[in-house]
This record gives sequence, structure tokens and C-alpha cells, in this order.
Amino acid sequence: MTAAIQLHGVTKRFLTPSGTVYTALRDLDMTIQPGEFCAVVGPTGCGKSTTLGLISGLEPPSDGLVEVYGKRVDGIADGIGYVFQSDAVFPWKTVLDNVAAGPRYRGVAQREARDRAREWIARVGLAGFEDRYPYQLSGGMRKRVALAQSLINSPRILLMDEPFSALDVQTRALMENELLGLWSASSASVVFVTHDLEEAISLSDRVFVITAGPGTVKSNYPVDLPRPRNVAEIRLQPHFLEIYEEIWKDLRDEVLVSYERQKRGAA
Amino acid sequence: MRHVDTQAATAPAASPRRNRARRYQLQVIGLRIVLAVVILGAWELGARVSDCNTPGGVCIVDKFFWSQPSDIAQKLWTWFTQGTDLGPIWDQVLVTMEETVGGFVVGSVLGIIFGVALGRNRLLADVLSPYIKGANAIPRVVVGALFAVSLGLDIKAKIATASVLVFFVVFFNAFQGVREVDRNLIANARILGANNRRLTTEIVIPSALSWIVASLHTSFGLALVGAVVGELFGATQGVGELIYLSKNLFDTAGVFAGMALLAAMALVAEALITALENRLIRWRPPVATETRI
Repeated sequence: MTAAIQLHGVTKRFLTPSGTVYTALRDLDMTIQPGEFCAVVGPTGCGKSTTLGLISGLEPPSDGLVEVYGKRVDGIADGIGYVFQSDAVFPWKTVLDNVAAGPRYRGVAQREARDRAREWIARVGLAGFEDRYPYQLSGGMRKRVALAQSLINSPRILLMDEPFSALDVQTRALMENELLGLWSASSASVVFVTHDLEEAISLSDRVFVITAGPGTVKSNYPVDLPRPRNVAEIRLQPHFLEIYEEIWKDLRDEVLVSYERQKRGAA
Repeated sequence: MRHVDTQAATAPAASPRRNRARRYQLQVIGLRIVLAVVILGAWELGARVSDCNTPGGVCIVDKFFWSQPSDIAQKLWTWFTQGTDLGPIWDQVLVTMEETVGGFVVGSVLGIIFGVALGRNRLLADVLSPYIKGANAIPRVVVGALFAVSLGLDIKAKIATASVLVFFVVFFNAFQGVREVDRNLIANARILGANNRRLTTEIVIPSALSWIVASLHTSFGLALVGAVVGELFGATQGVGELIYLSKNLFDTAGVFAGMALLAAMALVAEALITALENRLIRWRPPVATETRI
């Protein structure tokens, strides 16, 4: 079986405005199977988001190879959905036109695109809000729009960059459960970047721990908790805590390294 | 039933607040009128009590140089009822309006096209930027003189002058607006499958629109300046020409009357542009206005 996503020895360097080279990722290897829900955790600034940029094809790697379903990524890859950390829904489009944007861009006629958009809007629980503009919605509702906007294209791979980090705790748990529901109805592989280990474990099949920058995979842990899951309840299970403890030991060191560096940088 | 109850319960709470808001608005309007009466009254009174022709007389406001509100009103009345030296007043207003709107439209359209093109194309921007900055540094009203010679005394020269003034303002705003487009939105649109053309029309231009529309407020005023300056450089019709003629006749009431007309035109246009702005940028959260409730 071909892996859904494969990164071989990927390095990503950026030129900073001051002219120095900054290495975000170094020699990173990662394999994600079709239909797998993977979480990527790591300290701030370890290149988690950069990884998503590489998989999506928004950014080319400086070194190494990125493959999606066995095909080398070269430009925006086909069948990718991307939910961004900050609001990336289009503020000048209504909810309906935001969700219909993907099909429209892919050449679907306006009427059909809108019909499909209505379906997805209902599926993410926003029926009745089709004509609103994003500024009229709450943060959680805007995330739902973003989810529908991505999922309407039936992506094979869904990339999520700390999508729920700006939400309050209750809304967040709600959205996490809904994401799991939507994901299980699809066959997409998910790469979910987060700095919240609890969120990572409760959602995913596998957790990748990334080292403090330059980032590389330190370890990966399978999460063998049963599905379907309720993210609010699963956190209380003893096995959840065992997994948490095991991964946290690994993650803690990296967080400390990153923290020390930041302190020194600030001093 | 319950719904009706809650409405009934909230109604009395809301109405004193609404009353207060209305009272405040009336107060604002009242004070505006008082301010106008005080200033115009002082001007009128100063001019009437002054005696500037006999040596040693008290001279506060010299009517000869500064006119007086009643004369200006008289002048406007005459213009509207009996016409001006150049013909019916409406013709003059219309001519100036045509020049202004023409210059405004031409300048805005060119400004938006160039602003978006340069904002989207790095090479073009880098090549052209010193020339544009240089052209912008010239006091641009002087091109009115050039156009008066090359394009003649009719409407073309005024439209050209006005559009040059408008162009740079709109251009810089459109350019900046395009440069400031949220990179996340661009990335999102690209992931969703937008090609370059769609990116420009559906993401970049709507995003830059709030910058562009904001610049239209200033640039309409500049278009009016361009049209009037164009008329001063040489014309046969228009409010600017009317002012110029009045000046030559030492008719300061005529100059003030022309200014009042221009101000009225600018205010009407401003209201139209605000309406346009609200229509174009419906998606923006309503901004807190001066009347807080």
C-alpha cells in the first residue's frame, strides 16, 4: 500500500530579512498511512506549520523529498484540504459563497457549487447562516465554515494547523468531536498540528513529537484508544493518562530546550 | 405568548435610550446652526459697522476685500434667478461637475489598474517605482498649465488635470492594498484551487477595495481641485472660471459665492461616495459612528 504522505530527509531553510539562513526543519522523515489521523506536537517554533506548508505544496523543501500518494509534491498538490490557524475564510464572501469557493475554483457551475455548499453548511451545523458574512459569526462558527470549505473538495489529505487554538474550552471540545465525526465519514488522512498534547492524543491514531527547532521527528507513538471517541470523556481513561505520560516525558525535554533558548534570546 | 412578553419587557428599557440618542442628535444639529449663525453674524455685523473708506474710521471687516454674507447670498440669488455673466448657473455647475467626475473616473480607473498590476507584479513594481515616486514628487497642479496648452480650453484639459491628481492617490492606495492582502487568504484560495486570475479578482481586489474606497473620499476633492485649477488656467465655462472672472472684477462676493457652490458640490459627492462605500463593502463590520447609543 502506498503511504498517503511521505517525507524523506526533508530540510527547510528560510532566508531571514537580516540575510541569515534559518533552518526550520532538518532531515525530517515522516510517513502517514491513508485514512490515518496523525497529530504533530512540538514546542513553539519547531517547524510544525512548516511541515504542513511542505505537504500542501505551498512551500518547496530545500532538501529531501515530499510525496503524496507516491507522487512528488511540486506545487499545490491535488486533493489537499488545509484549515489554517488564523481565520482564512474570505471576509467579503457570505458563508454560502465561502463554502462554494472550492468547487467554483475547480470549474463547477455556480448553481451546483451552491447546492453542494448548502449540504456542507448543514453538515457542519450552520444551516440558516448561509447569507451571513464572517464578521457576523462567532469564532467557532467561522471554524465550521473553514471546515466545510475544505471538506467540500473531498480532500484525501486534510492538513490542520492548530485550528482550534483560538476557541474557548467548551467550543473546542465540541468542535473536536465534530471533526472526528466528519473525519470518520470520510476516508481522508489528517495531519493535525497542535501544541496541546491532550488534544493530540484524544483525536489521533498516531502522535509525532518534533524536536525544538530545527525540527525533526524525535519519536512517534501509536494511540490505541478505541473509536468512536468522545474527546471530553476519553481524557479521563487510565490508558489515556499512560499514553500522555509516556509522550510528555519526550516532549518535556524539547519544550524545555525551546524555552531556555527563548529566554536567552530575550535576554 | 412568551415571545410577546419579552418584547413588551424590553420595550420600555429601550425607549429612554432611544430618546436620549435623539435628544443628543437634536443637540448636535442645534449647535451646528448656532455656530453658523455666530460666525456669519459676526462677519455680517463686522462688515456693516465698519467704515473703511474714510480715514480714521473703524475698519473691522473691509467689505471690499472680504465681502459679507448678505452680499454673497444676494450674489448666489442673482446667479440662480438671472444667470451669470457666462450664462445660466446650472450650466456652470454642470460643466465643472462633468470635468470633476470625468477626471475622478479616469484617474481612479487608471490608478486601480496600475496599482493592482504593480502590486501583483514584483518586477514591474521594482522597475517603475523610482519613476512613479519622482512623478509624485512634482507639484502636480502645474500639469494643468501644460494641458491647457496642449489640449485646449475645453473639457479635455480639465479632465486630464483632475485625473492626474486623482491617479496618484488611488494608485498608491491600490498598490498598498494589494501588498497588504492577508497571506493566509491567498494560501487558502490557492489550496482551494484558485488560479492566478481568480486570485486577483476574488481575493486581491476585494481585499484591496477597502483601501481603494477610502482613497476615493480624498481623491474626489482632488478631482474638484484639478477641474477648478484647469478652469483657472483657461476656460470659457465652469465655476472655476466664474471665480476667476469675479476676481478680475474685484467682485469678492462672486469669489465667495463660487466657493460656496464648490463646497456644496463636494458635500453632495461625499455623500454619494459614502453610499457607494457602504454598498461595496457590505461585508465589513459596521464601524462605530459618531452617534453612540
